[in-house]
Amino acid sequence: MISEMNFFERIVYILQNYGISYLKGAGTTLLIALVSTAIGCVIGFAVGIVQTIPVDKKRDGIGKRLLLGLVKVILKAYVEIFRGTPMIVQAVFIYFGLSQMCNIQLGMWQAAFLVVSINTGAYMAESVRGGIISVDPGQMEGAKAIGMTHVQAMLKVILPQAFRNIIPQIGNNFIINIKDTSVLSVISIVDLFFVHKSVAGALYTYFESATIVMCIYLTMTLVSSRLLALWERKLDGDDNYELVDVMDIGNQMRVSGRGRA
Amino acid sequence: MDTEKVLQISHLEKSFGTHEVLRDIDFTVNKGEAISIIGPSGSGKSTLLRCVNLLETPTGGNIYYHGKDITDAKMNIPSYREHVGMVFQNFNLFANMTVLENCMTGPVTVAKKSKKEAKELALKFLEKVGMEQYINARPRQLSGGQKQRVAIARALAMEPEVLLFDEPTSALDPQMVGEVLSVMSTLAKEGMTMLVVTHEMAFAKEVSDKVIFMADGVIVEEGSSSDIFEHAKKEQTKEFLNRFHTNL
Repeated sequence: MISEMNFFERIVYILQNYGISYLKGAGTTLLIALVSTAIGCVIGFAVGIVQTIPVDKKRDGIGKRLLLGLVKVILKAYVEIFRGTPMIVQAVFIYFGLSQMCNIQLGMWQAAFLVVSINTGAYMAESVRGGIISVDPGQMEGAKAIGMTHVQAMLKVILPQAFRNIIPQIGNNFIINIKDTSVLSVISIVDLFFVHKSVAGALYTYFESATIVMCIYLTMTLVSSRLLALWERKLDGDDNYELVDVMDIGNQMRVSGRGRA
Repeated sequence: MDTEKVLQISHLEKSFGTHEVLRDIDFTVNKGEAISIIGPSGSGKSTLLRCVNLLETPTGGNIYYHGKDITDAKMNIPSYREHVGMVFQNFNLFANMTVLENCMTGPVTVAKKSKKEAKELALKFLEKVGMEQYINARPRQLSGGQKQRVAIARALAMEPEVLLFDEPTSALDPQMVGEVLSVMSTLAKEGMTMLVVTHEMAFAKEVSDKVIFMADGVIVEEGSSSDIFEHAKKEQTKEFLNRFHTNL
């Protein structure tokens, strides 16, 4: 009987019968993207920070230099491997590799978070490294000149500025993850794309289901990018406020100064 | 004057690859002295100052701080820098902090003072440089002269024994140079030990106790202000100073 319906009737039919499944799939997709982007950022920061640790040939002992060199090579390999291979293959490799070689059977959520986080981490590592490098070297010198150690200078001065620089990259990765979780259906993760495949396969309504899924993905990415733009504007808005406020600050200080005296 | 040696630079050398920037630099900084280092661009003045703060690693020679060799690999550099502050040509104020935070972060993070103590210190020195009204401003909202005064307050808040100034007025408009130089003159008069790389000949002549003239990576001549500015012995020094005569 679905074969006798027109395009719009089919869409209505699919939504009536499978609407909840689509919504659940969308929720799964969103959750995987959100959690994995967050974990990926943590991985990215850790890797990016280690990669920018300077080495002082004169002062650092050979042991420390070798260890740091080795860690940097391993991290570089991680970044290259996970940026240089498709996530769809990584998903199969990790999921079945862990099962076959280590006898670890990952659950759906574990597998999804693991694969997408590791992948995002590799991309974020490069963004963080770029964000750190892009901070004016004078900032590090200023910090060192008042006696800060490398770690103190990173925490107080460099990373806060690097973080602001890479917020657009974090948003970008989040939107990419919303879309790219679709490849996880190869390891049977019931995300939005998996729902689409099931419904389309059962009813032979590929075009109609794809139309619905397109609309849902687009809604999620558009809403996300609008929210991210708002967040960024809010961060920058504070600054503009203070720019006009300098005179007021001066006046307040004078008043309070007089009060104290 | 008290002649306690604070810094002693001995046979200092620095090269970048095969390019020798500093050769056999020798001089002493005594407590309370304001020393100006003058000379043509590219003579190695800034590199010398950066070596003194170990932002550049010397390739030869030694630097002694109260008799301790700071070029020694076992030396704790951050704790040395707590005592030897630096003011940069490009200010290098922390862009992610307000004026007050810029001056508080050293005392809190490095000197482990309480927030309250740090704030008092910061306000005291911001007032000294005339910037106490701008505590909530961000560096990018300030003029060059204001930024440099905050940078001086930030360095002072660490209560250092020596202050290094690396061409502190070179990035400033002429009308802002005065406000920074007057802060520096006050510090010199109060007995702060200072090492100043500068192109401001009037400042070098009037404020410093000792003047060092450098060219091509070596110290050509050093002496009191009048030794250098009025009775220079070397041709190179006279020639360099002649170019500034209209300004003096």
